[in-house]
Amino acid sequence: MSWAGPEDIYLSTSLASYLDRKILVLLRDGRKLMGTLRSFDQFANAVLEGACERVIVGEQYCDIPLGLYVIRGENVVLIGEMDTEREELPPHMIRVSETEIKRAQKVEREASELRGTMRKRMEFLDFD
Amino acid sequence: MLFFLYFKDLVGQEVTVELKNDLAIRGTLHSVDQYLNIKLENTRVVDQDKYPHMLSVRNCFIRGSVVRYVQLPPDGVDVDLLHDAARREARGG
Repeated sequence: MSWAGPEDIYLSTSLASYLDRKILVLLRDGRKLMGTLRSFDQFANAVLEGACERVIVGEQYCDIPLGLYVIRGENVVLIGEMDTEREELPPHMIRVSETEIKRAQKVEREASELRGTMRKRMEFLDFD
Repeated sequence: MLFFLYFKDLVGQEVTVELKNDLAIRGTLHSVDQYLNIKLENTRVVDQDKYPHMLSVRNCFIRGSVVRYVQLPPDGVDVDLLHDAARREARGG
């Protein structure tokens, strides 16, 4: 990130324009964190206050509170400014408890593992 | 340096950035830096239904290291100018 003078803030790639705003951070492992951006540096390391992880499984979602987070920039995919005047999620989505979403995550993980092992078995049979 | 200067000339154009995690975002190129980090404005996600969490995001910062492609309008590029610049760069000038 380039360090800019005060006038350049409007044109530069600096994260300064997102300071003290509510942001969504997408991480390389697929996690979605939300919170208030309090600090950043040239590596896109970031400090997120009031952070929570938004876990989405199908039509269900849950926000798991995390507190104060320091995110290492190499894990960051995207930092998005969340427009507070817009809906954060489509209206058909259902908010569930942490236990419920963890259960749904487990089911999804097991289903994709099963698909993976079945595919390996089929590949062994060499069906071309 | 070449692509940084090239993208600087494209500021204001509509582009689609495709990321390594397969997410594709369309928006107006707001700014770019030496790491080819990109800031987009007025963003919409391609295939919005697959990424419900991005619904309220209208401006974003994309880390250069996660970009796979930047898709441009075909007439948004002066190809000859780019060829000349690349040749000059290759020559070491």
